[in-house]
Amino acid sequence: MPASSHVLVVGHGPAGHRLVERLRHHGHRGPVTVLGAEPRPAYNRVLLTSLLGGTLTAGDLELTGPPDGVRVRTGVTVTGIDRARRLVSTDTGETHSYDRLVLATGARPRIPHLPGVFTGGVLTEGATALRTLADCERFADGPVVVLGGGVLGTEATLALLRDGRDVTLVHPGPHLMDDRLDDVAGSLLAGHLRSRGAQLRLGRAAVEYRPGKLALDDGEILRAATLALCTGAEPETALARRAGLSVRTGVVVDRQLRTSDPRVHAIGDCAEFDADAPGLVTTAWEQAETLARILAGRPAHHRPGRPVVRLKAPGIDLACLGPPDPPGATRHVALSDPARGRHARLALSGEHILGAVLIGLPRATAAVGRLYERGLPVPSDLLGLLLGTTSTVGPARVELPDEAVLCHCNHVTKGDLLRARSAGAHDLADIAAATRATTGCGGCADDVRRVLASATGGNGDP
Amino acid sequence: MPDTAPGPSVPTHCPYCALQCGTRLGHGTRGTVAEPSDFPVNDGRLCQKGWTAPALLDVPDRLRHPLVRDADGRLLPADWDTALDTVAARLLRIRDEHGPDALAVFGGGGLTNEKAYLLGKFARLALGSGQIDYNGRFCMSSAAAAGTAAFGLDRGLPFPVRDLGAADAILLAGANPAETMPPLMRHLEGADLIVVDPRRTRTAERAALHLQPVPGTDLALALGLLHIAVTDGWCDKEYVQRRTTGFDAAWRRAVAWWPERVERVTGVPVAEQRAAVETLGRARRAYVLTGRGAEQHSKGTDTAAAFINLALALGLPGVMGSGYGCLTGQGNGQGGREHGQKADQLPGYRMITDPAARAHVAGVWGTDPDTLPGPGRSAYELLDALGTDGGPRALLVFGSNPAVSAPHAAHVCDRLASLDLLVVADFVPSETARTADVVLPVAQWAEEEGTMTNLEGRVLRRRRLHAPPDGVRTDLEVLHGLAVRLGQPADRFPTSPRRVFEELRRASRGGKADYSGISYARLDAGEALHWPCPDTPDGDPHPGTPRLFLDRFAHPDGRARFAEVDHRDPAETPDADHPLYATTGRVLAHYQSGAQTRRVAELNDAAPGPFVEIHPDTAERAGLREGDTARVTSARGSTVARVRLVGSMRTDTVFVPFHYPGPGRANLITGTALDPRSRMPEFKVCAVRIEPGTAAT
Repeated sequence: MPASSHVLVVGHGPAGHRLVERLRHHGHRGPVTVLGAEPRPAYNRVLLTSLLGGTLTAGDLELTGPPDGVRVRTGVTVTGIDRARRLVSTDTGETHSYDRLVLATGARPRIPHLPGVFTGGVLTEGATALRTLADCERFADGPVVVLGGGVLGTEATLALLRDGRDVTLVHPGPHLMDDRLDDVAGSLLAGHLRSRGAQLRLGRAAVEYRPGKLALDDGEILRAATLALCTGAEPETALARRAGLSVRTGVVVDRQLRTSDPRVHAIGDCAEFDADAPGLVTTAWEQAETLARILAGRPAHHRPGRPVVRLKAPGIDLACLGPPDPPGATRHVALSDPARGRHARLALSGEHILGAVLIGLPRATAAVGRLYERGLPVPSDLLGLLLGTTSTVGPARVELPDEAVLCHCNHVTKGDLLRARSAGAHDLADIAAATRATTGCGGCADDVRRVLASATGGNGDP
Repeated sequence: MPDTAPGPSVPTHCPYCALQCGTRLGHGTRGTVAEPSDFPVNDGRLCQKGWTAPALLDVPDRLRHPLVRDADGRLLPADWDTALDTVAARLLRIRDEHGPDALAVFGGGGLTNEKAYLLGKFARLALGSGQIDYNGRFCMSSAAAAGTAAFGLDRGLPFPVRDLGAADAILLAGANPAETMPPLMRHLEGADLIVVDPRRTRTAERAALHLQPVPGTDLALALGLLHIAVTDGWCDKEYVQRRTTGFDAAWRRAVAWWPERVERVTGVPVAEQRAAVETLGRARRAYVLTGRGAEQHSKGTDTAAAFINLALALGLPGVMGSGYGCLTGQGNGQGGREHGQKADQLPGYRMITDPAARAHVAGVWGTDPDTLPGPGRSAYELLDALGTDGGPRALLVFGSNPAVSAPHAAHVCDRLASLDLLVVADFVPSETARTADVVLPVAQWAEEEGTMTNLEGRVLRRRRLHAPPDGVRTDLEVLHGLAVRLGQPADRFPTSPRRVFEELRRASRGGKADYSGISYARLDAGEALHWPCPDTPDGDPHPGTPRLFLDRFAHPDGRARFAEVDHRDPAETPDADHPLYATTGRVLAHYQSGAQTRRVAELNDAAPGPFVEIHPDTAERAGLREGDTARVTSARGSTVARVRLVGSMRTDTVFVPFHYPGPGRANLITGTALDPRSRMPEFKVCAVRIEPGTAAT
């Protein structure tokens, strides 16, 4: 692959943006053209819920501009690919040639079959998906109903609550994120949302939408100035299908991120590798990095990461690692303390984590997540791992031996202090003069006082 | 018991770290004694190194006469004329055959301002070589590069140390002052301390919050803290608008580092990231300080810049009672980087490529600016080039022990061995001195006068307690003796520190680090003078500048610059062969390569030999128990150390201190990836495996 070929990228989301930035970094020098369907420069889609929460503005989400020599066309939708002539055509009547074509078309929101949600082929007034900046701009003042209690619906609900909005979350499953969480974690999550002021309608389905109102299957009518459809997403594959590329759930790619046409690659949410299209931004970035190396003529291949779902919301720590019931697990370890909002369940094979659900355990979430992602063995003190406490070596010491160093700055042992006391040192000043203890950083003063105060000099202190 | 000093005593400073604690040296009933003085940085305190420093004056293997290697390879005593004549003749021969850049100088961050200045002048004039750099490149260079870019000026702490005492919150990134400069801790007691360190150090144990990132990920953490500062509303937008530029570009990088992503890369829990920013944000007075842990990386400059970005977003630098600073390490790490022993600089913190700077310094030196060499190689690149085609063939080492302290030390020793001439000036037979062709015994610390500049940019007087032993000369006398033999006019290389300082004042005049208003007389009168302190021939003496940037930063527009930085992995990450991270650092009882402190009995008893700190589980998997001998191996080599089980270690990380020589050298495993801007080597992270080893002999 010559590093000077013309690369044409369809899609300017996280995958496409990262790809063109890294192409130049890895030494690709040929022309690069990016065609983005949205009418604005690339932005950080992952943080859209921060917009709903009012913590960021649309301008804050803007990503760095393209590297020198990269042509970006926005507001241009690709309508067809002529693979024989290596041309793509657009809705604006342009055609673009390529040596290598990269499909980074992302995913499209899955809109449920809900009477009234469409009007004349477009979403009815007040109803919106939550995938683009334009979607966020469709949120009206007044109560919001979020439909779908998955990751996006949960994050959106919490963000809207932070902004002081009146939010009802409707989810047909038995508990929130039921495809990933067990019922204890699900109910802890629900409790957290309620404590923030959310109204929850779990195990209930929407049956009809009219502007301003959503009817549920039990007859309840919810006021909904905005209906946010957080009902999943699926790879955007229409263009690939029309071009005759192999498509299953997503556009099928190999380890070189090639589609069934070796001149056409696919990365990000639209791509399917090894029967998996995880729809995670970390996967999209890894694929963009890998493809940038490949197109720059460097050896690389896609290595799918381990799936990690980490809820992005201040004040609650929730992570789902791996599948809910991983095959091959030989033991399970659970810590469940729902009264204090803590719950963790690890599925292990030997010393290795195959899957985990953690909620309300911030330190364990960080530590377990890393062990899982890197395939590292768990520490022997699993309880310490889950509670986030630092393990200690051996049994706890109740009595310090005489050779224990108490003043590290001047390397003064407990024995030195006891000898100084026997020789007549009574207070800190005496001790400092005799041993130099406390004269460095001063941090040992309390320990020294305890030794001075101890009656026996040998037992029970400090 | 206090050992009262009957004889005369002198107020001076401890010979070791950049804190430069004030001491009073005197002759006690059991020999020379040091007592802490009430100097502001230590205020009557001292660590074990400071208390025991007088032992350095009487180390048993003190060098007392020059040594010259004979035809059979033995280092034998020689008189001074023979030694200096030998060195000069061989330097001249090498220069004739290979040109002036075949002669190189390696200096140190412990040298006084006078020595650092004269060493730079010696290299450029007497040798005519641009090949001079120093071990400070391994210390503060990343923070220096980041600080210069951000503020237009690099002074470790742009405020007095004591200002820290009034802070409500302090973030320490990669610094362990409880062991490296203990008396500093008392200035941190009043604040909520946030410590960023992969290890649970003594400093971390005393922190309100300890963030424990994976080695090599501090940059991602700093980006994440900036992200939170913005999203959680702690960003001082008015300050950013009024006093800075470049926020938008920095933010466009930080925006991609939301806390949950940072957690996955660094291992630092989201809740702790938020707590850290909130603690800083809520504080009325707050500081962000970095140390070697954040800086000694192939991305150290960017990491320091990312912490500066955080400080700027919070509105701290250049505000009374708040700020950003770098905790300089070596005794004269600050002054040592200002007066021309750095490959790319001339005195006064001037750039050697700046025509005006060259003209000014050449004027002071009485030479033509066109004869001054250009920039030379940075420290590791210089050592790596020794004895190679086009590289230096002779090296003069002053105040440094690169055989122990340089990265990839075995390779550096090979390079040193390939030289036609290695000359080492030291007061003890350091590991580097033992391999030299000529060893020149020089005076130390309490045997000569001079000035040091401490971590807060304050210029200090180092005073002489007594004369050096017979047979020992000062570094200034050595440079003078060599320069004259190389054909330089005798008065160009004064041997009196006071005269050198007078010249340094003129050379620094108008530079960023302007010392022209500072004199021995003012310092001896007790004035606290922080640079810049320009000469004021027609007015009242300049009072010095304890606090920089209160009105404006040192860029032409007066604004600080955000840096557009992004995270990247260290040069080496663990793989199947080398599954662990290794990080290196210091212990309390030792200083740098240990050449001094290993010779002090009390210090050596406290920390007698190399050890490796490791989590008990990681040790058990490797078949190692407490006290076993372990071999720690990277792609470059192995080091041997005793196992010390530490339950608070990360299970993916081991720690080795770098003070020990021979097979226990930590730098046998460290890597040579360099920071693209500061040329700092990646000391703080490499990939290793650990296995049972056999005890070193």
